[in-house]
Amino acid sequence: MYTNQTVMFKNKPVIIGSYSIVGPKESKGNFGPYFNYVMKDDSFGEKSYEKAEMKMFKTAIVGAIEDAKIKASDVNLLLAGDLLNQIISSSYAARDFDFAFLGMFGACSTMAESMAVAASIIDGREFDTIVCSTGSHFSTAERQFRFPLELGNQRPPTSQWTVTGAGACVISSKGVGPRITMATFGKVIDFGVNDVNDMGAAMAPAAMDTMLAHFRDTKTTPDDYDLIVTGDLGKLGSEILIDLMEDQGIKLGLNYNDCGQMYYTRNQNTLSGGSGCGCSATVLNSYIIKKLRTGEYKRVLFMPTGALMSTTATQQGETIPGVCHAIVLECDDSVKDVKISTTSNRNVKNNQFKKPDRKQLSVKNQKHINE
Amino acid sequence: MDKYMEVKKRNEAYNRYVQAKIPKTKAWPSLFNSFWVGGVICSIGQGINDLILLWFPNMAEQTAWAYTLIALIFIASFLTAIGVYDKIGKFAGGGSIVPITGFSNSITSPALEFKHEGIIYGICVKMFTIAGPVIVSGVVASFIVGIIYLFI
Repeated sequence: MYTNQTVMFKNKPVIIGSYSIVGPKESKGNFGPYFNYVMKDDSFGEKSYEKAEMKMFKTAIVGAIEDAKIKASDVNLLLAGDLLNQIISSSYAARDFDFAFLGMFGACSTMAESMAVAASIIDGREFDTIVCSTGSHFSTAERQFRFPLELGNQRPPTSQWTVTGAGACVISSKGVGPRITMATFGKVIDFGVNDVNDMGAAMAPAAMDTMLAHFRDTKTTPDDYDLIVTGDLGKLGSEILIDLMEDQGIKLGLNYNDCGQMYYTRNQNTLSGGSGCGCSATVLNSYIIKKLRTGEYKRVLFMPTGALMSTTATQQGETIPGVCHAIVLECDDSVKDVKISTTSNRNVKNNQFKKPDRKQLSVKNQKHINE
Repeated sequence: MDKYMEVKKRNEAYNRYVQAKIPKTKAWPSLFNSFWVGGVICSIGQGINDLILLWFPNMAEQTAWAYTLIALIFIASFLTAIGVYDKIGKFAGGGSIVPITGFSNSITSPALEFKHEGIIYGICVKMFTIAGPVIVSGVVASFIVGIIYLFI
């Protein structure tokens, strides 16, 4: 009755390097201490925001390759995508690199999509090293999908704030680091939502569909994961997803959360939360991968969602279809063994997302431009 | 056909559920803010008008109105350029959109936004993306009124 949507990787590709770069507003959010690089301002020293986005991509890709301690000549392929028309940010950034490029588009789900494709290629032993990168910029997304920045209008409470940031990771067939063990490719799901200011409601059904397919194909339950994290459903969208899953008989516990919902603090005035490719990409490449490296998280289900809309389609009266791809990340066996002896597995499980403590985490890992 | 109806039914149910779930905008505080900000903008306009008439007593009242509008448009464009008007708009909503200052803001902001695409294809083409419908409806309305006026 159902066709299989999940790939189980036999060789378990490894994430050997990751890098995240964000704007100043994002660095003041909840994940602030985890990011590698904070831009001094949104223009990043460039003439236009589109150029700034391209530079963000380049910085993220170079940073991830450095973090992986490999040479650029070792990279076989770059998989990248963004939100702009003809994915210009990633393809224009790719012209400065000397490796093959495949453009990806899954709207805000592009990070998981490109990682799933990269892991599939590596698992087939064809390529050794692949770089995945996605990002978004608030100012370029606003201009393409909404209104000019300086227009004095009000945003409805369901609207979200596009994250300015890019993340990149290097996936390899060998090395030490978090491993990609499974990937579920999602269907395009449309429940007839046509409000462009309510992306959470448009994407939540896609997240539900992929989640159901994942649990069905892998015979796992939500309790098997330390963290189940969606990309940018926002506050409203994640509440809808919890309700939808409950209708299907699966209860999402405290180990479920949403990157967009967690991204900004309450007084940053972002209404329903963060969105955009950069939202899930920067959280994955900073917070989640760092926690997987230390063994704090053993098994993470990362499933960003994307709204596959364009302004042309919505103006012609079309509804907003959504898509969601899921990947399972597991911490390395060496870390797994060490941690099990020191902390009980149960404590980590069902542990709700905690705000990173600013005092404990020094800011020395962050580099500020022009300082 | 059954499947089509099923999907339609599911979508309607889902949209009803979403509508019930959406947090509502608080109407009274928003109305209050737009009322007083709009009132302040209009009072500023009246003040400018009175000052012009005070300083130039011989000026015709209609000419003074024109100068007042020019002054308000300039102030709003200036505030847009230094990034203040969008903050006022976020706070006041309709209160700062409805007066002529809002119209000025809706022309200046795309002009600023698209200046990187060049003067002709950027600024000139995109300048009226938001204000365009207002201008078109104004022209059409005055055309219709003109026709009616011709026959009365």
